[in-house]
Amino acid sequence: MSYVKSLKCRECGQEYEKTAKYVCEFCFGPLEAAYDYDRIKKDITREKIASRPLNIWRYRELLPVEGTDYNTLQEGYTPLIKAERLGAELGMKNLYIKNDCANPTHSFKDRVVAVASTRALELGFDTLACASTGNLANAVAAYGARGGLKRYVFIPSNLEKGKVVGALVYDPNLIGVNGNYDDVNRLCSEIAGKYKWAFVNINMRPYYAEGSKTLGFETAEQLGWQAPDQVVVPIASGSLLTKIWKGTQEFIKVGLIADKKMRVFGAQAEGCSPVTTAFKAKTDTFRPVKPNTIAKSLAIGNPADGYYALKTIAESNGGAEMASDPEIVEGIKLLARTEGIFAETAGGVTIACLKKLAESGALDKDAVTVAYITGTGLKTQEAVADHLRSVSVIQPNLEAFEKTLLAPAGR
Amino acid sequence: MAVKVLIPTPLRNLTKNEAEVMAEGATISELIDYLGKNYAGLKDRLCDDSGKIRRFVNIYLNEEDIRFLQGEATAVKAGDQISIVPAIAGGSF
Repeated sequence: MSYVKSLKCRECGQEYEKTAKYVCEFCFGPLEAAYDYDRIKKDITREKIASRPLNIWRYRELLPVEGTDYNTLQEGYTPLIKAERLGAELGMKNLYIKNDCANPTHSFKDRVVAVASTRALELGFDTLACASTGNLANAVAAYGARGGLKRYVFIPSNLEKGKVVGALVYDPNLIGVNGNYDDVNRLCSEIAGKYKWAFVNINMRPYYAEGSKTLGFETAEQLGWQAPDQVVVPIASGSLLTKIWKGTQEFIKVGLIADKKMRVFGAQAEGCSPVTTAFKAKTDTFRPVKPNTIAKSLAIGNPADGYYALKTIAESNGGAEMASDPEIVEGIKLLARTEGIFAETAGGVTIACLKKLAESGALDKDAVTVAYITGTGLKTQEAVADHLRSVSVIQPNLEAFEKTLLAPAGR
Repeated sequence: MAVKVLIPTPLRNLTKNEAEVMAEGATISELIDYLGKNYAGLKDRLCDDSGKIRRFVNIYLNEEDIRFLQGEATAVKAGDQISIVPAIAGGSF
C-alpha cells in the first residue's frame, strides 16, 4: 500500500500519475512524490518503526513504493557515532558522524537505488541505468544484479579505479564518457528519452530522491526521536541536502518528532562550488562551473537541485563552505586518525568544511551537530595514498624491529 | 526589429510546429509579449502568474543565459539569436 497520491511539480503544483516521469509538461519543473500525510500520521508510530528490521524500509510509509517486495541488500540504519575526539579537536561538544560507508556498496547511494530499483521493478522495467560520478554506478550495478535487471551505467571516463572496479565486478554495461559528469548526464537525458530504461537519477528521479530522506529519519530516531540542531551535508547535485531537510520536516509533520529549528550547512570543493559561491554572494541563482577537484564524486558543475539546496540553506538559516584539495586530504586524515573512519574525498570535503564552519563561528559549537559521511575512502585511495606515512619494512627479527622503533616515523 | 527565436520541442505544438519563429521587441520582455500575442498559450508556458520567466525555462541570447546578462531587461538587436531551452535536471549547459 502506497501513501503517495501523485507526482507533483515542485514549481507549479501540476499533478501526474506515479509513472517514470520527472519533468512537468507545463513548466518544465522537477516532479516530486506527493504523500497523503494525514493518512500517514494516522498509521505511523515510533513503536511500529522501532519494531521493524534495521534498514531503510522501517520507514516504508514515507517511501514511494507500492508493495513490500523490496529489491534490497539490507541498506541503511548505519551507525551514528558520537565523535568525542574529533569534537575535542574542533571544540565541539556534541558532534556526531553518520557513517554511510556502512552500506552494502559502501555509500549512501544504496538507499536511493534500493528505492528506485524496487519501483522500477514494480513499473515493469527490465533495465536499470544511471549517470554517475562513481558511487551511484556501483549501487546501480549491484542492485540491478540483485533484481535480475539488465544494467547500463554511464560515468566520466576518468573516475577512480576503486569506483570503476566497484561497478565492473557486477558485470553491467559500463560506459565511460569522455567528458565531465554534466556531459554524461546530458547524454543520458537523451538516451532516457529514447530507450525504455529506468534511469534512476533521470526518469526515476522522483522515486530515487526519496531514498535520501532515510538519512534524516535515521538521524532523528538514533538521537532519541529528535532532530539535530545542525547538519553538515556534502553537495553534488544538492539532492541529498534537500532530502535530509525534507525527511526531518516530514517526521515533524506526521507527529514523530517535535518541531525544531534545524540549521542545514552545505559543503563543496573549491574546484566545484556553484552552490557555496552563490550562498556567499547572497544570490539565489548559481552560475554553472566546469569542475576541477579531486573530489570527483561532488564534481557536478550544474547541480540539478542547486536552487533547492540554496533555498533550504536560506530557509533553515544555515550556511555553506568550500574546501581546497589539500584541505580535503587533511579532512580525510583528520577523521581517520580521530575517529577511525576512512571517508572518501566527499567525506574529506565535509570534515574540512565542518572545521571551517566551526572556526568561523557559523556553527554553534555546543549544539548537537551531525556530519554526513557518504562513502568509503577505499574507493578513492588515490587521493590520500601519497599523503600518508610509509610502511616500515623490516627483516623478520627483533633487532630489526627495535631499530625501527627508535628511528623517526617514515614519511 | 525582428530576431530569430528557437522554440524547443515541447512548445512547438503552440507555434504550429515551427522550430524557429521571428519575433519583434527591443528587450527579452518585449519579445515574450510579442510571442504571447501571436502564439496563444505560449506566454503562460514561459512565465508564471506574476509575469516572471519560469525558473526551469532557460533563455539564451547568442548562447549566453540571460540570467547572467540583464534578465528580462536584456536588450535585443538585429541579428541576435534567442533560444528557449527547458532546464532538464542538470547538465544542460
